[in-house]
Amino acid sequence: MTTPNDISTQAEGYSAAAEVGMARQRRTRLQRMWISLKKAPFSAWFGMVIIALYAFVAILAPFLAPYGEAQVFSTPFAPWTLFGEGQHFFGTDQIGRDVLSRLIYGARNTIGIALATTLISFLIGGGLGLVAAINRSWLDQILSRAVDVLMAIPSLIFALMLLAIFGSTVLNLIIIIAVIDSTRVFRLTRSVAVNVVVMDYVEAARLRGEGLGWVMRREILPNIMPPLVAEFGLRFSFVFLAIAALSFLGVGIQPPTADWGSMVRDNASLIQFAQYDITAALTPLLPASAIALLTVAVNFVVDWFLHKTSGLRDEH
Amino acid sequence: MSTDPESRGTKGDILLEMRDIEIDGFSDERWHDIIKGVDLTLRRGEVMGLIGESGAGKSTLGKAAMGFAQPGCRIKGGTINFDGIDLRAASESQKRGLWGSRIAYVAQSAAASFNPAHRLIEQTVEATVGHDIQTEAEAKADARELYASLQLPDPDTIGDRYPHQVSGGQLQRIMTAMAMSPRPDLIIFDEPTTALDVTTQVEVLVAMRDIVDRFNTAAIYITHDLAVVAQMADFIKVLRYGEEVEQAETRKMLAEPEQDYTKSLWSVRALEKPEVKGNDIVLSIDGVDAAYGNSVKVLHDVSINIPRGRTVAVVGESGSGKSTTARVITGLLPQLKGDIVFNGEVLPKVLKDRNKDQLRRIQMIYQMADTAMNPRQTVAEIIGRPLDFYHGMTGAKRDNRIVELLEMIELDESFMDRLPSELSGGQKQRICIARALAAEPDIIICDEVTSALDQIVQEGILRLLLRLQKEFNITYLFITHDIAVVQAISDEIVVMFQGEVVEQGLKSEILSPPHPDYTQLLLSSVPEMDPDWLDRLVAERAEA
Amino acid sequence: MHPVLSTVLQRLGLGVVTLFFVSLIIFSSIQLLPGDFGEAVLGQAALPETIEAFRKELGLDQPAWKRYINWVASVMTGDLGTSFSGRASSGIDRSRAVVDLVAPRLWNTLFLASMAAVIAVPLSLILGVTAALYRNSFYDRSVNAATLTTISFPEFFVAYILIVVLASLWPLFPSLANVTETMSFTERVYKCALPALTLTLVIVAHMMRMTRASIINLLASPYIEMAQLKGASRSKVILKHALPNAWAPIATVIAFNLAYLVVGVVVVEVVFVYPGVGQLMVDAVSSRDIPVVQACALIFAGTYIILNLIADVIGIVTNPRLLHPR
Repeated sequence: MTTPNDISTQAEGYSAAAEVGMARQRRTRLQRMWISLKKAPFSAWFGMVIIALYAFVAILAPFLAPYGEAQVFSTPFAPWTLFGEGQHFFGTDQIGRDVLSRLIYGARNTIGIALATTLISFLIGGGLGLVAAINRSWLDQILSRAVDVLMAIPSLIFALMLLAIFGSTVLNLIIIIAVIDSTRVFRLTRSVAVNVVVMDYVEAARLRGEGLGWVMRREILPNIMPPLVAEFGLRFSFVFLAIAALSFLGVGIQPPTADWGSMVRDNASLIQFAQYDITAALTPLLPASAIALLTVAVNFVVDWFLHKTSGLRDEH
Repeated sequence: MSTDPESRGTKGDILLEMRDIEIDGFSDERWHDIIKGVDLTLRRGEVMGLIGESGAGKSTLGKAAMGFAQPGCRIKGGTINFDGIDLRAASESQKRGLWGSRIAYVAQSAAASFNPAHRLIEQTVEATVGHDIQTEAEAKADARELYASLQLPDPDTIGDRYPHQVSGGQLQRIMTAMAMSPRPDLIIFDEPTTALDVTTQVEVLVAMRDIVDRFNTAAIYITHDLAVVAQMADFIKVLRYGEEVEQAETRKMLAEPEQDYTKSLWSVRALEKPEVKGNDIVLSIDGVDAAYGNSVKVLHDVSINIPRGRTVAVVGESGSGKSTTARVITGLLPQLKGDIVFNGEVLPKVLKDRNKDQLRRIQMIYQMADTAMNPRQTVAEIIGRPLDFYHGMTGAKRDNRIVELLEMIELDESFMDRLPSELSGGQKQRICIARALAAEPDIIICDEVTSALDQIVQEGILRLLLRLQKEFNITYLFITHDIAVVQAISDEIVVMFQGEVVEQGLKSEILSPPHPDYTQLLLSSVPEMDPDWLDRLVAERAEA
Repeated sequence: MHPVLSTVLQRLGLGVVTLFFVSLIIFSSIQLLPGDFGEAVLGQAALPETIEAFRKELGLDQPAWKRYINWVASVMTGDLGTSFSGRASSGIDRSRAVVDLVAPRLWNTLFLASMAAVIAVPLSLILGVTAALYRNSFYDRSVNAATLTTISFPEFFVAYILIVVLASLWPLFPSLANVTETMSFTERVYKCALPALTLTLVIVAHMMRMTRASIINLLASPYIEMAQLKGASRSKVILKHALPNAWAPIATVIAFNLAYLVVGVVVVEVVFVYPGVGQLMVDAVSSRDIPVVQACALIFAGTYIILNLIADVIGIVTNPRLLHPR
């Protein structure tokens, strides 16, 4: 053993401030966002552009649509007329409404309803999940078991059953899907938050004597945001597809409200004319592909976001 | 051979020769250098110690010696020649023919590296049988003999168990048997004892060294612990940031290291606080019992007295109850029996019954500074919160105080708006210290605060803590398993074992004989910077 | 008791409890109906006596717990109640037993689901495992992109594309899957080709992604690297070291997707006008025929719970830590 030297002398040439760490170049939040955006793959960019486009159409629907949402014209199932004055670009539907206009209004209705539903489901599921993660006692037990039971019923079946009981109105639809979907949000929020709650910094805050509100707002919430944001995208596409499916089945959004799911259903009979007029067969596929394109876009963005925030790399 | 260290000198022909090795690793979406042009030569029967701190690239280099690139890494340049075979040019199947027959590997985490689905003996002989070195029956008989020579209990039947059915120390020895089974020319030991307690580590070290000696196997022993490698290796290579710092024969390296960096590797061991007795007891733990949930008790009648302005070190191995003691003091785990007396008054058992002043006066610093700071808050927010919370400081007054605190921990203003991810390990721990100081506490509980840090950084933190103690008369309750750290910082020592206090006293009393049995075992198991230490210990224990 | 046995029993017990609560939820759905639903079912012109008789038939004059026990007892004996449809305000009752409505359709649904599963399960396991083994290869990336796109498509979109291409433009298969009881097996298969193909495409996408993720997770275990460093061949690493530990995750993936299949069937049946339980349920929801909805929900939920139960039990009995306790 070497001889002990005096404690007051600092090791030669050592400085804590100069210690080389993982320290990267310092940047503001905006700069960082811009840098990761620039590095985003093509699929993510594609997704973001599509989402922006949909939002644009949904917000400006009344200015973009050539005709009214429920305006009826004399010829049902009019063919596509790509050029010409006072014509129907994508033809008309089974009772003579302009398909293009309904597609545009449909963006507003279908996306709006799905967005509202997802928000409610996050308020319920996210809030309860956070409380359960912090409480970890009887409340957590009751909520978790209740969610287990609710999740034991397939969600589409559960939704169908509840719609049968309460009837198909837009409000019922939103509440029913939001409640059913909130079970998934609860599970995720709880499991992510539980991992954060056991962190030493949360313990340190409790030891300091901080109240529950501060711990939730300042210590936990900022750290569970990235997975929750990604989940919001995934839940949105799930809710969006579920509502589209229910409307397609005729028990979701009801006429005359323009909605993509029910538009597919209304024009489905045109499919069999594919051999004679391919555009006729494409009419019901238009709203269907509008749904598909948006979900693909959301999935692409979420995929990239998850990859980026989780630090998850396939190579490791 | 272990009795005659001199014979571990020159050995046979060159077995492994690596020249100018360069390895890249992929992270943050790009390739980084991990190993930057390292040479390595190993002769038959030689044991090389490969030492370095975290991130030095020692494990990557060790695996590269097998011609294996870890997932996410690629060997970019250089030559690897194993007994006339060019491992960089060799095909996968050629390399597979060598792995597990002529080159074997012992991993750090035995618990994770054994397949949970198969019996231990099947895994021990898998490579030997798979490479047609021995028949299954021969290999199994040989494995049982290896188990016996590695001092494993029930050597004839232990192999019939599954990995989760035996202890960590036993698993690590079985993994050594697995490596030895095909009688390889070279074994790579990758931090094989890092996850073990010191008393278990001794047994494993003895077993590994004897068997390597017996079969005259060449080995590369990778570790960050110089005292451990001193027992195992003929010569030592020091790595830092993927480059070689120096290489020398073991005794020479210990006696006269050439580079400053090498000297710094045992800097903590050079630190020793002169002990001072204290009589003004600031906090006393009085006959405390505690348990988690309704399960078995983890603390039995624990009593500890902590004098003001002094450091009391609590030492013990995993499961000794030292961290639980800290949780009881802070009120996170209310005790079943007994009292915590702080500044003359009995503290409420439960955290939420304590008042703000009581909370302020007891602060805590954690082992992992990474998880002790909210990654979304800046340094100013982290240090500023206790100032605001306890002392009602806001605005410019608060900012000034933050700068003062940063200067106290030898950092400066420029750190104020950094996030924890932009700090080094030592800087993070310093910020945690500043956060504790901001409360102006009477006592700080330090839970293994240096054990996740590299040696030179550890030294800096320990010096800082000692200086702060001098300046502000702070009391530390210092929980650690590292005797070198205890030497460096403590006035008094408490030894704990299985939830009980074995003894408490001044540092000089505890560290000098006579010792109670457990203290004796614990202290004697701590590796010393002396290549003969293990031999001496084995001889002493054999006599006793 | 052996830990495997006790854990399995525990899990089975949990399954029974779940089933109990689910049945309670489904049962209480009829309680939630608005008070005037008797009128809604029987028509505006229904006499008060007729409505009263109808309420009595449903047992609404009895306490709820008694009705629940009766309901469970009759479900156990295969009596699922009587449909609301076919009742007239005059009190003439032409309604049919729910069992008679459901039973033949249940057989049809099972036929379609098994047909899709027989193709989808092996296909997606192979795709998932190979994508995991050849991670980041061109093959992996393209399979990944294709499946990410497919899971974003609504089922009816996939269905209609298939109809346009395979039934309309090139009429290889019928677009209507109107099977009847008298059909031969091959004719059934032919009629079911497009619905089964739709389901397969959707399921394969989900299942392949899940399989890939769990295999990658498994291959990252240190004991797999250890096996490689012992010089084991690629096939041996997979078969001897990865596979014994893969049963639990694979069982979970399969169960999850079969459960998904059962639900996906609803939309696909409607598109192809296939006489299955899903379509029956949708029709019953539109006409608010609650006894039929209840029966269908019970069947779907029961299948879902049992599939997940089986997956968990497989996970338990293949867990070496439970098989070989300390």
